[in-house]
Amino acid sequence: MLILECPYCGVKAEETELHAGGEAHLKRFGPGSTDGEFHDYLFMRENPRGVHFERWRHINGCGKWFHAARCTTTLEVFGTYSAQTFEPPQNIRDAITAKRPGWSWRDLK
Amino acid sequence: MSTRLAKQGRLIDRSKPVEFTFNGTRMSGYEGDTLASALLANDQMMMGRSFKYHRPRGVVASGAEEPNALVGLGNGDRFEPNQRATTTELFGGLSAQSQNHWPSLEFNVGAINTHLSRFLPAGFYYKMFMYPRAFWKHVYEPFIRMSAGLGKAPDPELKDADTYEHFYFFADVLVVGGGVAGLQAAKVAASSGAKVLLLEQTAHWGGRAPVDGGTIDGMQPEAWIEQTLAELAAMDNVTLRDRCMGSGVYDHGYALGYERLTDHSPGNGGPRHRLWRIRAKQIVTATGAIERPLSFAGNDVPGVMLAGAMRDYVVNWGVTPGQRVVIVTNNDDAYRTAITLHQAGVDVVCVLDARPMGGGALMEEVRELGIRVEPGRAIAKVTGGKRVAKVAICAQDGEGGAQEEIAADAVAMSGGWSPVVHLWSHCGGKLNWDDAQAHFRPDASRPPLGADGADFVVAAGSANGEFALGATLSDAAAAGVAAAKAAGFDGAKPTVAVGLDADEVAMQPIWLMPAKADIKLRMKTWLDYQNDVKVSDVQLAAREGYESVEHTKRYTTLGMATDQGKLSNINGLAVLADTLGAKIPQVGTTTFRPPYTPISMGAIGGEARGDVFQPIRKTPMHDWHDANGADWEPVGHWRRAYAFVRSNETVEQAVAREVTNTRENLGLLDASTLGKLVVKGPDAGRFMDMMYTNMMSTLKVGKCRYGLMCSENGFLIDDGVVARIDDDTWLCHTTTGGAERIHGHMEEWLQTEWWDWKVYVANVTEQLAQIAVVGPNARKVLEKLGGMDVSKEALPFMEWRDGKLGEFDCRGYRISFSGELSYEIAVPASQGMAFWTALMEAGKEFGVMPYGTECLHILRAEKGFIMIGDESDGTVIPQDLGLHWALSKKKEDFLGKRAHLRSHMADPDRWQLVGLETVCGSVLPDGAYAVGNGSNANGQRNVIGRVTSTYHSPTLGKGIAMGLVHHGRKRMNDVIEFPGVDGTIYKAKIVDQVFYDKEGEKQNV
Amino acid sequence: MSDPVSALNGASFSGIASVDESGLAGMITLRGDLASPKLQAAVTSATGATMPEPGKVALSVDGGLCWMSPDELLVLVHYAEVEAKLAEINAGLAGEHALAVNVSDARAVFQVSGDGAREVLGKLCPVDLSAQAFVPGQFRRTRMAQVAAAFWLDQDGSFHIVCFRSVADYMFCLLSTAAQSQSEVGVY
Repeated sequence: MLILECPYCGVKAEETELHAGGEAHLKRFGPGSTDGEFHDYLFMRENPRGVHFERWRHINGCGKWFHAARCTTTLEVFGTYSAQTFEPPQNIRDAITAKRPGWSWRDLK
Repeated sequence: MSTRLAKQGRLIDRSKPVEFTFNGTRMSGYEGDTLASALLANDQMMMGRSFKYHRPRGVVASGAEEPNALVGLGNGDRFEPNQRATTTELFGGLSAQSQNHWPSLEFNVGAINTHLSRFLPAGFYYKMFMYPRAFWKHVYEPFIRMSAGLGKAPDPELKDADTYEHFYFFADVLVVGGGVAGLQAAKVAASSGAKVLLLEQTAHWGGRAPVDGGTIDGMQPEAWIEQTLAELAAMDNVTLRDRCMGSGVYDHGYALGYERLTDHSPGNGGPRHRLWRIRAKQIVTATGAIERPLSFAGNDVPGVMLAGAMRDYVVNWGVTPGQRVVIVTNNDDAYRTAITLHQAGVDVVCVLDARPMGGGALMEEVRELGIRVEPGRAIAKVTGGKRVAKVAICAQDGEGGAQEEIAADAVAMSGGWSPVVHLWSHCGGKLNWDDAQAHFRPDASRPPLGADGADFVVAAGSANGEFALGATLSDAAAAGVAAAKAAGFDGAKPTVAVGLDADEVAMQPIWLMPAKADIKLRMKTWLDYQNDVKVSDVQLAAREGYESVEHTKRYTTLGMATDQGKLSNINGLAVLADTLGAKIPQVGTTTFRPPYTPISMGAIGGEARGDVFQPIRKTPMHDWHDANGADWEPVGHWRRAYAFVRSNETVEQAVAREVTNTRENLGLLDASTLGKLVVKGPDAGRFMDMMYTNMMSTLKVGKCRYGLMCSENGFLIDDGVVARIDDDTWLCHTTTGGAERIHGHMEEWLQTEWWDWKVYVANVTEQLAQIAVVGPNARKVLEKLGGMDVSKEALPFMEWRDGKLGEFDCRGYRISFSGELSYEIAVPASQGMAFWTALMEAGKEFGVMPYGTECLHILRAEKGFIMIGDESDGTVIPQDLGLHWALSKKKEDFLGKRAHLRSHMADPDRWQLVGLETVCGSVLPDGAYAVGNGSNANGQRNVIGRVTSTYHSPTLGKGIAMGLVHHGRKRMNDVIEFPGVDGTIYKAKIVDQVFYDKEGEKQNV
Repeated sequence: MSDPVSALNGASFSGIASVDESGLAGMITLRGDLASPKLQAAVTSATGATMPEPGKVALSVDGGLCWMSPDELLVLVHYAEVEAKLAEINAGLAGEHALAVNVSDARAVFQVSGDGAREVLGKLCPVDLSAQAFVPGQFRRTRMAQVAAAFWLDQDGSFHIVCFRSVADYMFCLLSTAAQSQSEVGVY
């Protein structure tokens, strides 16, 4: 059972205090988008073996959504960070690079 | 015979006899006995029968690994099947029954299977029960059900008399196993200042060391254990728990401890089991080792036992399993059993050592005691029905031609020891094959990894493959240092206790005895005692092409019994490897999964039973409803009154009465469960326009609007009335089940997409008690209470006002979900009960009656109003329901807008909501499907629609329904067919979904 | 106004710890910019308490401030004064983007006290309740068995637990079950 540190309240919350929210950093496509763009936005998801970025909510706690970077095979957590960002901050990317040199995710490296 | 010895028995108190019963027979043991040791003391060697062949089985081990001695324990509301006699502490009044026998343990009908065993080989069930297909239901399944299952289930009419609980605990270092390695590791780790939790599964500390002998720091092991335990107990940073098994290791340092608090004194108060939910930075597994049986013919005859276990019975409980014992071994450790038995006055007939050169110092010691030792010899066969009678001896390196037959009543066997690697492996720790000791041991270079990517489990002592006392202790001390350091505590003092015991020479792997045993012998050579898997079965599986150990396990059922193959897995693996001509590490192990031994369902459930099985949410008026005939209906975790049933009527009659009374007089509904969310901020209007399909930003202060919410992929997720409170504040009503869900939905969009928008949301659902006052007399009762003006002019339809009614501060909404003149009045929850009572009192002269959710449903269905969860099911869009008017065309964007443009959403072939009336006036079955012409690829009739809501309307005196129908809105007055599950074909006409007061005159008075 | 009634009317239980429903408490949910001087002035003057640090509660004689999240406080006041305090806070927040609502009746409050108090909570929450880890003044939002809850520990060693009113009965039964006699764990 995972433990993730909520970056908003600092609680090291166990999984039963959290709610998993799927893939991080989705870009919303609304009216005006093509069928392809909208389809991909709704349904296409990364399914990596290794580094992954996810959204979680500290639901039995401060209620805030946050992002987590972790490894899907070892469950190693590289870090958690604010939900109010379009992409992982540099310190998180550096932490991943230190542990998984050469990692990639979508077009991030 | 097995009997109590005059001396020995370090764990029993001979001054305290304990009475118990086994299969109804009264027996006596001592305090400190296990059920197994007490049964042996009463010459009850046979303790059960096997699963498949119902063969007589005796106890084979002395601890958690026991496969045979399973009993049904206790009676009535404390009965539990499949309890291991070896881990059951004896107490006064204990009552145990053996399992898998009929009519009795001694005489068993099912044992005929043993003579049929030639016809019941590996995979028998898969082969035999395949064909003919029709036989499955009436012949095969009943047969399998009758013969399947170990033990019997407790009486379903009875509730478990005990309570259980969980306990969350956080430690720097968790040490699992209270043997000398665990004690040593805990002591060293604790010396660093780390917070240490040490678990021991039995009631006694020290593990095998007091039985196996040697010295620690020059002391007898028992003295060292006592001293170390006292040191640990005196440390504030150490928590010691006995009777608490470390049952599993999970991700990120999570571990479970299974504490058995009252199993040894049932009914004495307090919880029976406590499940420790532990988070540890580091875990030391000092879980010891398990001795392996040897594979020879007749190795399952009662009286054949593990050599270490036999030693335990003598030393710990002063019991000998036999009077004339043959010992058979492939290693030096079994000689300790010979010495122990000899010293206890038991006749050790001979020691058969399969190794050509025999053993080392211990063998010499045994020889000096005058015991016959035979190197290079093996057991060809053990004979005897319910008890060992004779042992045939042969050369190990042969086919089993017996050279001699010895009379004996017990056999002690040792095939070497396997580290208990379960907890190491649960979370991904890998193993290495140790050729010298013929076992798998933890590979420290491939440990389980924690949240930080570093290892978090350290194996220690014999669980790490270090069997000699000295090596065990130094390995454990190193584990203690390593664990403390990894947990962030550098200052551990590695005070290594010096352990000394006899030097041993190498063991020799023996996987079949004798080495070239013929098929007759192999068919009597058991690997898995509990599931009756023999050497011949595994060999057959290999010949039939099973190469993967995981497949072979499932095909033969090897290791799939309640003991999970603690004794059988390595032996079975070796036989498989040998038959395949492969090396053991190439074949690999099956996966170790928690729990280590079965734990009770009660412990898993913890406190969650009875009143606290799950949260029941109650409105402020709950108690009144309960006292006034409420027939409860669960709605999410809420309980809502389905109807208020009077003593002289059925539930259906109550519902009909409530509908009629509300239409004609006055009804009250507890609507407190509806969600209420406050949305406020400079950007709240913009946000509301995104959340709802309707335009909400233009709603005037003081007014209400019915709104729909869709998910981003267009499906209807909730509905409700929105009120504009002030310039930058809206109040959103959600469905009963929707408050938390929709609150979360709003927060998600605000926090993760539009975080620059200035909007705050608060859930005030439970702050308010809300009562729907419905019916022609609704205004009269409110006017009687007095206060705010509720006239048509002052409070028009779809508006709200704050004010006072009687002595209650309230907010009144003029909204209707019934088609009647209707108000919803919200008061503070703390006054909900008083307000409800005041309305009931004031309403007497107006014919007031409370009504429940079924009446609510009928009232709305008569008006053709949709209900989220009935008309919607996660695949329905507003357009399906004819709610186009609620989809704003002016707005550039709202959640779901883009999705509604997708081709399937705009498809004219989507099913459409219509009203349905059966031709005969009866009620359509709920959920029934309408069938059309033709059939699909599976030969089923094509479906063209389904019923979403269906009721008997007391107002109209006939059945009414709504449903989604293909091209429904174009098919008015068509009659379509709904087959019922009983074969009846219901014919229904497609009609307008508004059945009652189509012009809406009743609500606008 | 009719006499307000708390969810369980002051129910109590005694086992390895005492469990008491505390009765109605004045509570205001305040969402806003906690760094705003205006907001800070409004809530500290309304309660007499100082601004709490993250994860803490600040108590005064007449009220308190609980840190709920980076943009939310739970303001504790006397029940009888809640509407007046709400008006006072709203006045102080004029011109600020904030949301203050009365949630007094949406909550139930329990007090768990006595030697076994830490263990009672330790049976229900995935929280380290050892004396080293959880100290007076800390405020924790978590789950207790199957429902959301928040609690703090006062200087006298009593826990104060806040949950939703609708599950007050569940919470009381839960705490009473966890506090049943002869269920001491013996670690705290």
